[in-house]
Formats: sequence, C-alpha cells, structure tokens
Amino acid sequence: MSVRQQGWWALAALTIAALLLLGLMISLAVSIGEIAIPVATTAEAVSNRLFGTNFEISRIHQGIVWDYRLSRALVAASAGASLSLSGAILQALLRNPLAEPYVLGISAGASTGAVCVMILGFGYGILGLSSGAFIGAVIAFLLVGFLATGAGGSGERIILCGVAGSQLFNALTSYIVTTSANAEQARGILFWLLGSLSGVRWPDVYLSVPIALAGFIICMAHVRALDAFAFGTDAAASLGIAVRRVQIVLFGMTAAMTASVVSMVGSIGFVGLVIPHAARFLVGPGHGRLLPATALGGAIYMVGADIVSRVIIPQQILPIGVVTALFGAPAFAIILYRVRGNA
Amino acid sequence: MSISVDEVSFAAGDTVIVNGVSLTVQRGKVFGLLGPNGSGKSSLLRLICRLRKVRSGVIRLGDDDISSLSRAALARRVAFVEQQTTTDTQLTVRDVVRLGRTPHRGLLSSWGAGDDAAVDEALSRTGMRERAGQLWQTLSGGERQRVHIARSLAQAPSELLLDEPTNHLDIQHQLDILSLISKLGITCIVALHDLNLAAMFCDRLAVLQKGEVVASGAPEEVLTEDMIGRVFGVRAHVQKSAVHGRHHIQYVMD
Repeated sequence: MSVRQQGWWALAALTIAALLLLGLMISLAVSIGEIAIPVATTAEAVSNRLFGTNFEISRIHQGIVWDYRLSRALVAASAGASLSLSGAILQALLRNPLAEPYVLGISAGASTGAVCVMILGFGYGILGLSSGAFIGAVIAFLLVGFLATGAGGSGERIILCGVAGSQLFNALTSYIVTTSANAEQARGILFWLLGSLSGVRWPDVYLSVPIALAGFIICMAHVRALDAFAFGTDAAASLGIAVRRVQIVLFGMTAAMTASVVSMVGSIGFVGLVIPHAARFLVGPGHGRLLPATALGGAIYMVGADIVSRVIIPQQILPIGVVTALFGAPAFAIILYRVRGNA
Repeated sequence: MSISVDEVSFAAGDTVIVNGVSLTVQRGKVFGLLGPNGSGKSSLLRLICRLRKVRSGVIRLGDDDISSLSRAALARRVAFVEQQTTTDTQLTVRDVVRLGRTPHRGLLSSWGAGDDAAVDEALSRTGMRERAGQLWQTLSGGERQRVHIARSLAQAPSELLLDEPTNHLDIQHQLDILSLISKLGITCIVALHDLNLAAMFCDRLAVLQKGEVVASGAPEEVLTEDMIGRVFGVRAHVQKSAVHGRHHIQYVMD
C-alpha cells in the first residue's frame, strides 16, 4: 500500500527497487525481439562496446544489441521519464488533474511541424523531420501560452486554450495530409502520429537522455515551489514563491522535454497523464518524492510498453502509442476507482 | 511590527479599485476592514502582501517599504489567509501547515527540528493537533479555516492578513475563529462583513466605499447610525451592549 507515512528507508528501498527494475526492463527490451538474444550475450555485447572487452559474439548479435535495441530502449526510457515528469509539473502548476503535455497542444503542434517538412518540404534537407517537429511544438506552446495570457491565465483557461490549439493543429495536419500526401506518405505519417520507436539510433540517445536528466534536475530544484502551488498561485506567492519566474522556467522545461520527445518518437499518449497519478497513489503528493517516482515509473512503463508493442503480434510492431493507451486507460480507471475508495 | 499604508491606489485596467487609501495599524492590534461588496477590501489586503502591485503610494512594514523586500523576505514577515481556498491534492492537515515553512527554507536546507516545532505550535494554537493526520478533503469549512490560520502561523509572521475568514461559517465557528485571531497577539488586518463581530473583536476599524476610506478609528467612533446609512444603505439602531460593553447594531426595516 501507500508508503507516504513511512520512513526514509522505505523510500530508499523503493528507489533502489525501481532502479533495478528499470535495469531489468532495459535488459529484457534488448534481449526480447524477433531474434531472441540471451541476456548474458547482451551483457557481453554492451561490455565489448563500453569497456573494450573481447567476448566472442556474432557481429549480427553485436549489431542488434548495440546499434538497434539498446539505443531504442534508452530513448524509450528517457522519453517515458520526460513525458511523465512534464505531466506531473503541468498538473501541479495548472492545478488540474487532467493536465499533460498533449493538453497544451504541444504534440499537435509538433505533428504539424513534422508534416510540413515531410509533405510540403519546408526546408527539407536543412531541417529534417525532428527539427520540424521541434519548431512546431515550440510554436504551439507559444501560441497557447499567448492565448491563455490574453484570456486571463488561470489554470482552466490554459487548458481550454490548449484544447483549442490542439484542434487547430490537428486540423492543419489533417488538411495537409489529405490534400498533399500520397498513400505511402499518409501511412508513414499515421504511424508516426501514433508514436513509433523504430528508426531511433544513438544520436537520438545523445539528445533525449541529457534533456530528461536536465529536466529532472531542474524540476527537483523546484519541489518546494511545486508543493506551494497546491492552493493556487496567490497562495504560492504569499508563501514567498516567485510565481512568474517558476512558471516560466518550468513551462519552458516542459515544452523542451515534450518537443524533443515528440520530434523523435511521435505522439505517445497517456504516459504523461497516468504515470503521475499512479506515482501519487504510491508515494503521496509531496513533489520531493513524487518527481523521482514519476520519472522512474515513466521510464519503466515506456520500456515495458515498447517490449509489448514488439511481441504482442508476431512479426509486426504496433505503434507504441497504441500500447500505452490500451494499457494506460484501464490502469487509469482502476486508479480513479481506488482513489475514490480511499477519500 | 506596524503597517502603514500611504496614499495607495490600485486599478485593474481603467477601473480604479483602491483610491488614495491611507491607514496605520499599530503593532499587535486587530484592525478590521469593513465595506460593501466590491469596495476594495480584498484588493487592499492583496496590495499589502504584494500579490498585486500598487499603481501609486507606499506600503511600509515598520520602516521598510514592501516593494524593496524580496518575495521570500516579505513572506517571512507577512502571512495571508485567502477567502476559502481549497485544493484537490490529497494533503493531510500537517502537510498543509508544513507549507507555511516554505519561505524559511533554503534550496538545499533540509527540514529541521525548528520547522517541526513551528508546525507543532501552530497546530496546537489552532486546536488542530489531534487532527494533524487527517486529510484536507475530510475537514469542515471551519476546520479548513483553522488549518489555513495554522499554516499562516507556521510562517511565523509579524503581520497576519485575513480576507473574510468567517465567510460561510456557522455562528459558533465565526466566533471561534475571531476569538482565536484576537488572542494571537500579532498585528492583524481582517476584512469582515459582520458589523457586530467587527465591533466585538477589532481594536480599530476602517470603512471602505468605492475604494476610498470613508471612516476610520475606534469601533464606537466608526460604527454610527449615520455611517451605516450612508455606506451600506441600511437604517440601523446602535447602542452599547449590556452583555459585552461593545457597540451593538440592530437593523431597522421600514
């Protein structure tokens, strides 16, 4: 049950258990697949690359482990951590349990940006798909922020502006796809809109892992401010929080984390919504505990979802967004039900 | 510490909400702010704890201009109890009171024995110590108001601002909250609607109308039949109470 009343040792044990579980999930993600590779071989392949050891492994296995599956698992873990952290931050700042990156229209904007590059060919070659998505995400975030400021800036208004922004960008994406894309492009885009980890390689790791770590550190530096938002912005300000500065830093960090994730792996829903609530249920609402639990939980969940997406239908990979939502929605319903029972 | 408000004005867009208000609150006294709905009481309180910026004028705590203090420094001196704020977060009473220590803690300093002592004392003074483990959502309106006051006491302020702390409470809890406030011994400014409660618990009063101070002084100087008629548009009969010796107001219907 809940560990919110228990001491630091329970938390330390939980943290270590979660880290071990994450390590185990990543090892599994690297071993499991169409070509099954024993965990021992996986460890040897990683050791060959990291420490220059000379274990005898086939070059195909070495390549699959290092170039394909490990990078994929690391991007999945950091994307899961980034999306869940963003959800936890937005829920605290906007004081709305429904807040998550998608609500602010960030992913819709990223999709439009990517589609502009992919189909209309804006700056193709210079920008690439990811940069297009990143620019789209930032434009969407600025637009929603601007609209919300004009509309009074309360938590609910920002959510409403986000919904409006999402609809606008989704309509733009659909418009471009239906008027300009051929069948093959449309299929590629659909897959990407549902989230996909295929095509992820090491350069993506070098971007997504540092952003997730930086996001985590910056968010942890603001745990007291986040706690102080429980009774609203005026209450936070009267507790000595520099509300405007905290909002700018944390909204900015959220936008950067979400935009980088969406630009690499497309729209993956439900992680930012479900994981923070599940973590709150486990460790309580204090952000000093909630943020580490959320980041680790998101990473574990996403790596697990990636494994499921690769094994659930033989010889076919499901879009990971389908898996996160298929498992996330019922999990969310159970959490809501049990929390109601508690209150 | 005393509070002085000097020629302070505040506007939202083109609407002037507080207009050239000056008042002084003596150290350790309970100062009541009266006035009809929309007369600027809440805005004036928000200006004093700098949740809103004054358009003109100066507000001082002791000798310090509040605009020269950092947010955290101000929060270590002035605590504010808003009108009926709530949360969906599943916090216990102790969690909420602990928030009061926020301005006293640095980025890296951990929770200390001093913080625990401040929280325990605040819980005891408001009679909420036995309820410390209870969830916020299970509290009644009066208990929530007590917890807000406990949170503000954990802030260890020298001045406490309260915006209609008795709103929506039954009469027992109204009396209970105001007698708690009047015994705290720190400088308090309380926005109130009930003139009889103001007469019973406040040392000084000021009456706001359309953002301006139209009367101020001791309760018996301020609460006159003439003022009540002018400001609230109600006929009243004011007499000294035989029970508590303070002014008592009875309203007269035509």
